[in-house]
Amino acid sequence: MQALFGQLLIGLINGAFYAMLSLGLAVIFGLLNIINFTHGAQYMMGAFCAWFLLNKAGVGYWWALLLAPLAVGIVGIVIERTMLSRLYKLDHLYGLLLTFGLALVIQGLFRNEFGSSGLPYQIPSQLTGGVNLGFMFLPIYRAWVIVASLVICLATWFVIERTNLGSYLRAATENPALVQAFGVNVPRMITLTFGFGVALAAVAGVMAAPIYQVNPLMGADLIIVVFAVVVIGGMGSILGAILTGFGLGVVEGLTKYFYPEASSTVIFVIMVVVLLVRPAGLFGKER
Amino acid sequence: MAAIAQSAARKAASRNAMLVPTVVMAVALAVAPFAGIYPVFIMKALCFALFACAFNLLLGFGGLLSFGHAMFLGTAGYVTAHAAKEWGVTPEVAIVAGTAASGILGAVVGALTIRRQGIYFAMITLAIAQMMYFFYLQAPFTHGEDGIQGVPRGHLFGLIDLAQPLAMYYTVLVVFIAAFALIVRIIHSPFGQVLKAIRENEPRTVSLGYDADRYKLLAFVLSATLAGLAGALKAIVFQLASLTDVYWTMSGEVVLMTLLGGMGTIFGPVVGAFVIAALENYLAGFGEWVTIITGVIFVVCVLAFRRGIVGELAAWWSARRS
Repeated sequence: MQALFGQLLIGLINGAFYAMLSLGLAVIFGLLNIINFTHGAQYMMGAFCAWFLLNKAGVGYWWALLLAPLAVGIVGIVIERTMLSRLYKLDHLYGLLLTFGLALVIQGLFRNEFGSSGLPYQIPSQLTGGVNLGFMFLPIYRAWVIVASLVICLATWFVIERTNLGSYLRAATENPALVQAFGVNVPRMITLTFGFGVALAAVAGVMAAPIYQVNPLMGADLIIVVFAVVVIGGMGSILGAILTGFGLGVVEGLTKYFYPEASSTVIFVIMVVVLLVRPAGLFGKER
Repeated sequence: MAAIAQSAARKAASRNAMLVPTVVMAVALAVAPFAGIYPVFIMKALCFALFACAFNLLLGFGGLLSFGHAMFLGTAGYVTAHAAKEWGVTPEVAIVAGTAASGILGAVVGALTIRRQGIYFAMITLAIAQMMYFFYLQAPFTHGEDGIQGVPRGHLFGLIDLAQPLAMYYTVLVVFIAAFALIVRIIHSPFGQVLKAIRENEPRTVSLGYDADRYKLLAFVLSATLAGLAGALKAIVFQLASLTDVYWTMSGEVVLMTLLGGMGTIFGPVVGAFVIAALENYLAGFGEWVTIITGVIFVVCVLAFRRGIVGELAAWWSARRS
């Protein structure tokens, strides 16, 4: 029983990261129509940023949670302005290819510098320890990650679906030319949206740093799983991305308990089934 | 009528235009070992070239970007290596078995993935390939991280000893040229023309009465089978089938070869494969720099060089002539 709850917790943690990453991908895809292959590398950069801040500048976890997304977000904005913006008129596949190449460059550079063994990152002192819930032991940091990512996801959902700014964003997703005609600066909005999506990946990276180790390739395989999550959820809805992320994390955790051999493939198998039954994804609209 | 005759003549001309360079390429490759070029390097490059040509059939002429083509290369490699080593069959049987395995996998994956297009198609093929990677990582017959090592090259048709370097070399060359000619033939066939029409405007092609999905599926299966042939050859040449060939980096590499050489051109993938193979050969000692340079080439190609080497040359040539 202990083991089952343990796996469920791990599943929820993984789900939290799936949700944050697929949310960022979905937001970027909505406006830019590109799939950001560098998302995994940017998640890794977030974790490294936190590690740097702690070990080289003595800046702790809480500041890292603010500064790392800012720094990685700015890098993202530079990438969007200097490279991606040249590709909007072309086939969307070029955006995928460009970001794939960038991911290789970034991961290669970090690997050159730090090797492929992980660097440890301390859990902040306020969040160490755990509570015994009777049926399982709950480390406080893990509880924090789940709660914090839920809050971030729901806040993003609220901003996009319930505020004025979000309505501009949704309108620009539907018809950028018309929104621009109404006097909204669409190119700037695109840039900021990309920066925001990238920052979201960096937040996930900082939160992941104490759980997994900080490793140049930590995002490389993860991003492929996140792609499958995105295909399963469909790109249509923000809430859908959050729900599928957490849901699939839990499913993966349960598989680890009941049938460990399939735990690394279960999400892909679900993707295949979803494609057969609902090609547009669980929450997606065909477009 | 005149227009039809003219277009038929043009098609025949473009097919013939391919003949001369193909023969030149074949002759150059046939004498290359005597010109002091390391045969193992050319064999590796030829396997990649065939892989890239198969991939280009799908991307360049079908407009479908598969980000999971490594699964066909790797699957054929594993099946070929297993057949040659554990079942002790002759190399041509092992190669046919491996190629057929990839073709069957291609039919299953193709039927599933052509339901979505564009970016989704790329993501789905990538995810399925990753699933296959995990499957091969755990399946006992692949020996996980070690791979299938020491695959015997055997005797081709029970006669020709492939352990002889030159015998192996010319076998690879003959298979490559035959497969290349087949791809050129496919591209210029009515099937290839319909495929191009679907790439350019799918709804219009459907309205003309073509079943687009059937054409796309057939293209996918052909591409998977030929990619499998490349993987099967590679397993016999290097006497090894390993996880490297099913990993997503390999899927990315074939995209790069095609992009760099020129997608949608006939010789582009061959040129791209040779350039990348040479690059990897010379940079092998520099660790991660291969990945970084690969990434930089990707970025440069996408930003400034989208026609690729052969595409740029062709554009330059036709601009000069007009």
